[in-house]
Amino acid sequence: MSPAESDRTLSTMPTDVWSQPSVDVPDLGGVEQVQRITVPASMRYDYSPGLTQTRFLRALEEKRILGERTPGHEDVYVSHRGVDPVTGLPTTEEVEVGPHATITAFCVVHIGFGVNAPPTPFVSALFLPDGAAVSLYGTVGGISHEDVRIGMRVEPVWVDDADLTTSMENIRYWRPIDEPDVPAEQLKGHM
Amino acid sequence: MGQQARADDELLHAPLVIEYGFNRTTGPVVGAFLTGLREQRVLGIRGADGRVVCPPVEYDPTTGEPLTEMVEVGTEGTITSWSWVPGDREGQPIPAPYALALVRLDGADTAMLHVVDAGSPDAVATGDRVRIRWADERSGSITDIACFEPVGGAS
Repeated sequence: MSPAESDRTLSTMPTDVWSQPSVDVPDLGGVEQVQRITVPASMRYDYSPGLTQTRFLRALEEKRILGERTPGHEDVYVSHRGVDPVTGLPTTEEVEVGPHATITAFCVVHIGFGVNAPPTPFVSALFLPDGAAVSLYGTVGGISHEDVRIGMRVEPVWVDDADLTTSMENIRYWRPIDEPDVPAEQLKGHM
Repeated sequence: MGQQARADDELLHAPLVIEYGFNRTTGPVVGAFLTGLREQRVLGIRGADGRVVCPPVEYDPTTGEPLTEMVEVGTEGTITSWSWVPGDREGQPIPAPYALALVRLDGADTAMLHVVDAGSPDAVATGDRVRIRWADERSGSITDIACFEPVGGAS
């Protein structure tokens, strides 16, 4: 954010609310007054995603989207947390899902923030990989934001093989594929 | 969870930094204090009972009434309390070891927290005289005071 943008007036204080009287300051020689400071506050973690997420991320490094389910149950969760969120039973069966997927929800973003935000406007969306019960978050690319639809069929666009890591950032974005839309009716329960 | 870690399940971990760059207005009192530091001068503020509070505060610590009379205090002072910091921690003004000390500047009646570059815990004591070592580049920040150093025996 440019300084000019960060310094713009967002609101004004109602009159008479702030009653602090003016302050007598010793002469400092007519220098410019300090009026604003930036005070960084940070917390540093050594983050571990846990064993199940580790398996998911290691598969991503091989351009595979890995889900898990409880043996004998239908729903495949991705990215999984080790237990079925409905039954509470361990999801000990690995199931590869995707890579093709269906857009189940999307949002056109006009105000981006964060260091990795794409140029605006862009589309953030939920992608239901084929074979999965829940959607993954990502962005849509290769298409105008006006043409994005719920039910649209997409595939992931991966980073170059040399840049693959154990990260969701391996998927740069999702782009449309030439397949008919999935009717919204079929997406019920997966939205 | 009843799951066995397999050979290829070596747990991933990664550094994760959550950072907020708060951009805040200082107000007239703290702004004047920081402006003074940039000019290598230290300002306090006179409290309702006439005592000088440094670093300055907008409202009297006892009565809560607004304070308006800023006064200049000295750049030397007296250690009123201290603790030895033997090991490095992130984001500190100078590399460890150093003393974390409360320093009452001459002309002030309260103390400010800062570091004293004393070299060894044997070289620092309550009542010791110290002076400000200014940062080479000052921007209007408490870190314009690089640290305090013992008077007469700077390391």
